[in-house]
Amino acid sequence: MVLTRRDFLGNSLMTGLTVAGGMMISFHVPAKARPFKPYASKGAELNAWLIIESDNTITIRVAQAEMGQGVFTSLPMIIADELEADWRTVRVEYADANRSLAEGRVYKRMLTGSSAAVRSSMPYLQQAGAQAREKMIKAAAEKWQVEPGECYADYGSIYHKPSRQKVTYGEIAGAAALVSVANVKIKTSESFSLIGVDTPRVDTPAKVNGSAVFGMDIRIEGMVYAAVVHCPVLGGTVRSFRYNAIRNMPGVLQAVRMKSGIAVVAKSFWQAKTAAEKLVVQWDIGPEGKTYSETFRREYSAALNEAGTIVEEEGEVVAEMEAADKRIESDYLVPYLAHACMEPLNCTVSVKPDRVDVWAGLQDPESALKAAAEESGVAAENVYVHNCFLGGGFGRRANDDFVREAVQIAREVDSPVQMIWSREDDIRQGQYRPMASMRFKAGFDLNRNVVAYTNHSVAHSILKDIGAPLENGIDKASLEGLANIPYALGPKKITHTIRNTHMSSWWWRSVGNSQNVFARECFVDEMAAKANMDPYAFRKKYLSHRPDLIAVLQEVADKSQWGRGVPGGHAQGIAIHQSFGTTVAQVAEVSVTDDGKVKVHRVVSVVDCGNLVNPLTAEMQIESAIIFGLSAALFGKITIEKGRVLEDNFDTYRVLSLSETPVIETHWLLSGGENWGGLGEPGLPCVAPAVINAIYGITRRRIRSLPVSDYFLQPA
Amino acid sequence: MLKLVVNGKQHELDVDPDTPLLWVLRDNLNLTGTKYGCGIAQCGACTVHMNGQPVRSCMTPVSEVKDFDITTIEGLSENSSNPVQLAWIEEDVPQCGYCQSGQIMVAVALLRRKANPTDADINAAMTNICRCGTYTRIRKAIHNAAANQQS
Repeated sequence: MVLTRRDFLGNSLMTGLTVAGGMMISFHVPAKARPFKPYASKGAELNAWLIIESDNTITIRVAQAEMGQGVFTSLPMIIADELEADWRTVRVEYADANRSLAEGRVYKRMLTGSSAAVRSSMPYLQQAGAQAREKMIKAAAEKWQVEPGECYADYGSIYHKPSRQKVTYGEIAGAAALVSVANVKIKTSESFSLIGVDTPRVDTPAKVNGSAVFGMDIRIEGMVYAAVVHCPVLGGTVRSFRYNAIRNMPGVLQAVRMKSGIAVVAKSFWQAKTAAEKLVVQWDIGPEGKTYSETFRREYSAALNEAGTIVEEEGEVVAEMEAADKRIESDYLVPYLAHACMEPLNCTVSVKPDRVDVWAGLQDPESALKAAAEESGVAAENVYVHNCFLGGGFGRRANDDFVREAVQIAREVDSPVQMIWSREDDIRQGQYRPMASMRFKAGFDLNRNVVAYTNHSVAHSILKDIGAPLENGIDKASLEGLANIPYALGPKKITHTIRNTHMSSWWWRSVGNSQNVFARECFVDEMAAKANMDPYAFRKKYLSHRPDLIAVLQEVADKSQWGRGVPGGHAQGIAIHQSFGTTVAQVAEVSVTDDGKVKVHRVVSVVDCGNLVNPLTAEMQIESAIIFGLSAALFGKITIEKGRVLEDNFDTYRVLSLSETPVIETHWLLSGGENWGGLGEPGLPCVAPAVINAIYGITRRRIRSLPVSDYFLQPA
Repeated sequence: MLKLVVNGKQHELDVDPDTPLLWVLRDNLNLTGTKYGCGIAQCGACTVHMNGQPVRSCMTPVSEVKDFDITTIEGLSENSSNPVQLAWIEEDVPQCGYCQSGQIMVAVALLRRKANPTDADINAAMTNICRCGTYTRIRKAIHNAAANQQS
């Protein structure tokens, strides 16, 4: 779809389509600077979250990014449930970051991360739906001259019970927008009508016919394209470049010096990329250009001997460890990882003296807006961010590095510019899941009970990278899964060392849990072996004070037929962890071929997230996290040589394929109550340890560094 | 001028013959349903049909396809009515959705070749990458599409 200049300046862009049932999905690209007015040209805005048109169409706004996790369906369901809407009349659009900043953050949290879309917004989305419903009831009662208490809302209409009068939402919304209501009550769970019901995704139809608009699909009249040349060593800067050698290549328009490299601008992306590959750039590279993964590994291992900062200390751990009858100690190590979203990073920008427009798939549109304002010098109130579907996010699209680059380019170019990173840029240009090492020690008494436990970890700190304040010298994200562990292991001491390299780090699906739970849950199996206990029985014993976890653990043992026999050559591994408000236990069934290939046959999960909005998308998230976690566990690593990343594309940065995908079974054990636990990330941390604990069952080898593909494995 | 038939429509284009078909579709013809994922024919997000056969358009020079009928996701059916698209909707396969045009194009070609593919056939044909890990649902949707086609 081409956005002409006239559309751009005129009204709005609807790239939606009508599908069965009348559901519409749309991208609403606001045009003029009109931040204080409702965006729909027709219809009544009952509050910032929803508009009702006279034909009963309800537009619900979503402040979080749709990156596959299903928020375009689940978040509107929360509003529509309170609204007593006819779900078939609901369409969805993004909330506007510019308006949110102008109106005192009316959309509250716009960042998508921490598996928090439902967890953080549930109460105020319910309130928004309920408020609109009560406004319509009040307006209808006024129209009929009756008591509001005699009226009720149901399935898109307001009814007056005694007289059986009825008015549709479309008919009353205009009057309802003018009334005000206070102290609106939200529903209790037994009256939910949509929440908890399998609901097809609203974005599916557009994603099976090519009409879904991702950042890279934005087309603006007169738009040109930019390819970028980045320094192969992160942090390096441009000394000089020879534009003359490429200036006469087909389509080439200009070169722009960015802070982080050179952009080549051309009429088409292919022309820009072809010219960029020919561009000779001299870089200033510091001592980082002499670094290697191997050196980092040695440094991270050596740092395990440091005392570190004390995170937790309970009991006489030193004395107990010394007095122990038996002790075990193990070191673990994980590499940097790239996100490798399917859609390489890209951003389209138009810079005018008094206005900036940014189109991209963004997990943090507010930070993108501020970044665009800073880089362009245009006031934030005149910067408009038009979020698109995200071709994967996993944390990566919450960073604004690529937005800054695109604005640095566009401010030097007379036309709107679409900057596209190649896959090679995407994998080599940083923001990695941190590298980390961990040392665990456990002491056992004569009866093989654990009597002391220590853990020291060394990790690249994301907070330190971005200059954010550390709490007592600690980056809490680095300790997710290592601090506050649920096991009752007696006296314990948890310590930590921050060790950053020139590599840049960033949130990656499940953040610290992704590396730490692998190591911790594998060490739990090592403790179980030392205690001569079955890994499941060992976990039950040391989690006995946590009935919430025991319930999930028992259920996964039951559903996976734990210990009740697997085919010859197969073995099971188990792991459990609570993160983002959700408890997940997983059992993996694995075999190892004679030529050393690990085959994961089955992953059984039991999940307790308290309550569910959309069971369908929830289940998809568990499946997704398992595949993402398996890719990392089996193949994922970023290798550094002379400061440069060796991996550059899917041939060297391997991810799981369909043929390697195990049977995935997901079971819910919902404890209800007030908890609406996260779902995008908690399915990930357990899969690596479950698989690796199973590999031990076959090979009798402890895998203590990732990825598994670095090992030559054979059945024992 | 280079002549190209895409989704049954003839186009005359002034492009470098070495340009990969992917970028001609996206940048010259504004058919943005076909995606760039890797540029080295690894991930399959750019898959289109050339006379009904799936090809990875990111490494296919446009000069090599000028005598073929090219079909993209946009030209696959009217109203998403191909059995594979219907099965994809039924199973709610897509998550982020970015790779799904390519996945669907490969699945359609597979079903033309094998009306009732086995799991092994699906493993062999479906080598496209999905970072969201929709593989389980892709497999189920292909089996469903096969069953629906036969009934």
